[in-house]
Amino acid sequence: MTNDFSIIGKPIAMVDAAGKTTGSGKYADDLSAPGMLVGKILHSPFPHARIKRIDITRAEKLDGVVAVVIGTDAPNPYGILPVGHDEYALALDKVRYVGDNVACVAAIDEATAEKALELIDVEYEVLPAYFDPEDSMKAETNLIHDNKPHNIEKDYHHVFGDPEKGFAEADQIAEARFIANEVTHAAMEPHCTLAAFEIDPQTGKPGRLVVQSSTQVPYYLQHKLSLVLEMPMSQIRVIKPLVGGGFGGKSEVIPLEIIAAIAARKAKAPVKVTYTREEVFWAHRGRPRTIVDLKTGIKKDGRITAVKARVVQDGGAYCSYGVVTILYSGALLGALYDIPNIQYDGYRVLTNKPVCGAMRGHGTVNVRFAFESQLDELAAKIGKDPADVREINLLKPPCITVNGLRVRSYGLPECIEKVVDRSGWKQRKGKLPRGRGLGIACSHYVSGAANSIIRSDMPHSTVNIKIDRDGGVVVYTGASDIGQGSDTMVAQIAAETLGCSLSRVKVVAADTDLTPIDIGSYSSRVTFMNGNATLKAVQDVKKQIASAAARKMSCEPQELTFRNDIVTKKKGHVGADAPVRPAEQSSAASVSGRVEGQILRGSLQQKRKDEGPKDSLSFEEAVVAAIDFHGALSGTGSYAPPLEARGGKHKGAGVGPSPAYSYSAQVAEVSVDEETGEVTVHKVWASHDCGRALNPVSVEGQIIGSVWMGMGQALTEEMVWKDGMLMNPGLLEYRSPSSVESPEVEAIIVESIDPEGPFGAKECSEGSLAATIPAIGNAIYDAVGVRLHESPFTPERVLAALRAKKNAKPINLTEGVDPTAPAKFREHGGSLWYRGKGPERHPLDPSRREAPGAAGGDD
Amino acid sequence: MKKELIGLTVNGRSHELAIEPSKLLLDALRENLGLTGSKRGCDDSSCGACTVQIDGVPMLSCTMLAASCEGQEITTVEGVSEHGSLAAIQKAYGDWGGSQCGYCMPGFMMTVKHLLAQNPNPTEEEIRQGLSSNLCRCTGYSQMYQAIRAAIEAEQKGMAAAK
Repeated sequence: MTNDFSIIGKPIAMVDAAGKTTGSGKYADDLSAPGMLVGKILHSPFPHARIKRIDITRAEKLDGVVAVVIGTDAPNPYGILPVGHDEYALALDKVRYVGDNVACVAAIDEATAEKALELIDVEYEVLPAYFDPEDSMKAETNLIHDNKPHNIEKDYHHVFGDPEKGFAEADQIAEARFIANEVTHAAMEPHCTLAAFEIDPQTGKPGRLVVQSSTQVPYYLQHKLSLVLEMPMSQIRVIKPLVGGGFGGKSEVIPLEIIAAIAARKAKAPVKVTYTREEVFWAHRGRPRTIVDLKTGIKKDGRITAVKARVVQDGGAYCSYGVVTILYSGALLGALYDIPNIQYDGYRVLTNKPVCGAMRGHGTVNVRFAFESQLDELAAKIGKDPADVREINLLKPPCITVNGLRVRSYGLPECIEKVVDRSGWKQRKGKLPRGRGLGIACSHYVSGAANSIIRSDMPHSTVNIKIDRDGGVVVYTGASDIGQGSDTMVAQIAAETLGCSLSRVKVVAADTDLTPIDIGSYSSRVTFMNGNATLKAVQDVKKQIASAAARKMSCEPQELTFRNDIVTKKKGHVGADAPVRPAEQSSAASVSGRVEGQILRGSLQQKRKDEGPKDSLSFEEAVVAAIDFHGALSGTGSYAPPLEARGGKHKGAGVGPSPAYSYSAQVAEVSVDEETGEVTVHKVWASHDCGRALNPVSVEGQIIGSVWMGMGQALTEEMVWKDGMLMNPGLLEYRSPSSVESPEVEAIIVESIDPEGPFGAKECSEGSLAATIPAIGNAIYDAVGVRLHESPFTPERVLAALRAKKNAKPINLTEGVDPTAPAKFREHGGSLWYRGKGPERHPLDPSRREAPGAAGGDD
Repeated sequence: MKKELIGLTVNGRSHELAIEPSKLLLDALRENLGLTGSKRGCDDSSCGACTVQIDGVPMLSCTMLAASCEGQEITTVEGVSEHGSLAAIQKAYGDWGGSQCGYCMPGFMMTVKHLLAQNPNPTEEEIRQGLSSNLCRCTGYSQMYQAIRAAIEAEQKGMAAAK
């Protein structure tokens, strides 16, 4: 396939880059409104308690306080999934985690609002709380939600093929427990929402609600606001300003978004709520701590015969995306390799901790860590190169996997080949000095879910386009640019298709009043789905321009090329001097509803006629001709995934299917300090099959960013809990890697040109993350011979594994430290909120029992 | 708290504002002067998104009192562009993908400007060290190094052309 594009495939600056580098771009917290109040939220100090009484009278009386809202002000439940409407904007009867939302004060300034929070009297009845998912699953009483027995949000049990037969055929079987600890998005922009009501001129009363919010899903926000505030969706406008990163943390309705609206309603004034960094950690919705009991069988020739996984996810206090997360964990065991037999048992469990949700690589990352680590172990057992083992188990697309996933474009073979080649794998693996090693792993991800959260026949994306006499192209898209560059993607597709310059294209995005529905920026769906909708809308309008231009140029529309702002007759077809058929000329006036030249002055019209048909028209001329001919120039396009890509029929089959999958292979080079257990990643070679790189600089940025975030989860990032309280709710303590801790990442783009993607493009923002963690784990094994089963691979865990291998006594790192400190983690100064003091505990609280030993990193 | 009148010089312009003595520089810039370029990303001086230059030195405006900056030259991200156009470093960050969501950008701009003022031709190691005061969650920093390298080249070409 030729790559004869003028804008697609070229590295270009994002269309909103200047606003970002000059500081002129506006994020939600940069906005204000006349008479705007500041909202502050009162959070629960208890992990699990019944609210017996809330008294807000003292707070309301404080000078400067305009309104105080509590749960009864908006008692309708909501949740991102139709099956998970279990959240309230503010707690009604119970709080379920430390940080749960209890009340909100709207006041003239932040200091007043904070003072008022201290004047709200809440009487709690403390209940036993559950912090460990395996403990929580045994609960009979004091359930977190009354309708969820054993605190199990949802469990799924899938069998594909014949796993027992598969294991019987295996020559080697590995079985182990892997634990991936909890991580969070920590996007640089704390969540913020500004809500205001407009006064209806007919009734003179507050009417439409306008919400400007840091969201990845404006349409879902509009929908949930409608549910909770009991307002029709048509009376709610959601606008997404610039968003400072999401990674999934803004991909559902976050409590403050609804709280700001109900506070604005009661205060009768605009209210802005901005989370502190600590509140962002409580709002969370990150990747759950996941326990994976994994068993894999393999033949001597390297063929995988069966996989059995039991996955328990510590989901936190509400459903959120939980049902989807636990399904992804199982479904995406398929579609990477050819695995004939799969058994999956997944449990999404409720605990009294902040809510987990969707995070980059949703559902796949922790299971992929376990699987790729175990595959490495099995490769060693059968004496094969782990890169070869991966190549032996490749799928043969086009195909449908044993669990119903349709795979078409499949760049994994080339991905593996590229990283093996670039990293010098064959020459260097196993030959590096002691303490230094190489590891390989692969991963994949969906290019958007083939089934939307709210099941309907609605298109997943719709895009409108308008071109006016000025020759300006305006694209109206619901796609939510959260920094990944979707506005740029839309502009590129429009400009390339119309053959016009990028500066002509203006993208109006993510405003529910102006832009048609797009279901949001999550599951890496935007380039594929919104890109396809954009392409259709642009082709629609291009067809109109072409028909009018062809008339002007006395040729057929298909003879025209659009490029560099000029519409030209293709050479070699009908020449410029070809006779003009009379029938065609006469039809111009009759087909068009308007008489040509109605707007142009008569003399100009005459001049044009004298000139006769032209060989080319400028883009403006073509547009004017089209408007004169058609009356107006607008187009629309929408996208819905094809039926055959929507998956199988089993329970839970809706999650996992995608119109296309991205693929990634990675090699990591690490060194391990055997004295301290410290792991240093020197370099990661990461190849990613993105179908086609529409903007290579953005694609590389997404690959590097994914690898980097995966490295954070592999080495340092971890949410540390003590009695349901987060011990490290700050960016330093959470240990997001800085530039000195970040390795060189060599991003290698692989283009498999997907048959259904826009210009062949697929996902590029999430699929690379999952491979990084096992690649680093496998490199550690290569370096020092220990297999780590728990992430992150902190010096403590690496050292423990090294000592266990030597049968040496473990070092008690917490010796002499506060005896109530968690045994396995570094201690932190404590939450700012509690100034180091832990909350009161119920006597029957399971957390008061002695904690069982942590999962070992031994092998 | 009673407000006091102070004078601040920001991006070469003098302003007089009435603020509480407890007002943080970041809030004074954002709320009183409408300079919303500088961002708040954390509450404990760990992220660097609020970085401004005080007399040419990068400082965290989220943990500085506005009143303590009287008589000093404050430069924010709004003061980086030149003659209404992007400065070389801003252009390069756009071209090389140094900025994705952009929320950390105002802080990085101030840090990088300082780095290059101190050391016009830093090694990659020196760049890594120089940027370590600021966090970014999108880029993994790699494309920033390319951007900085490109900006240095552009500046050098510009200077050569001027000679």
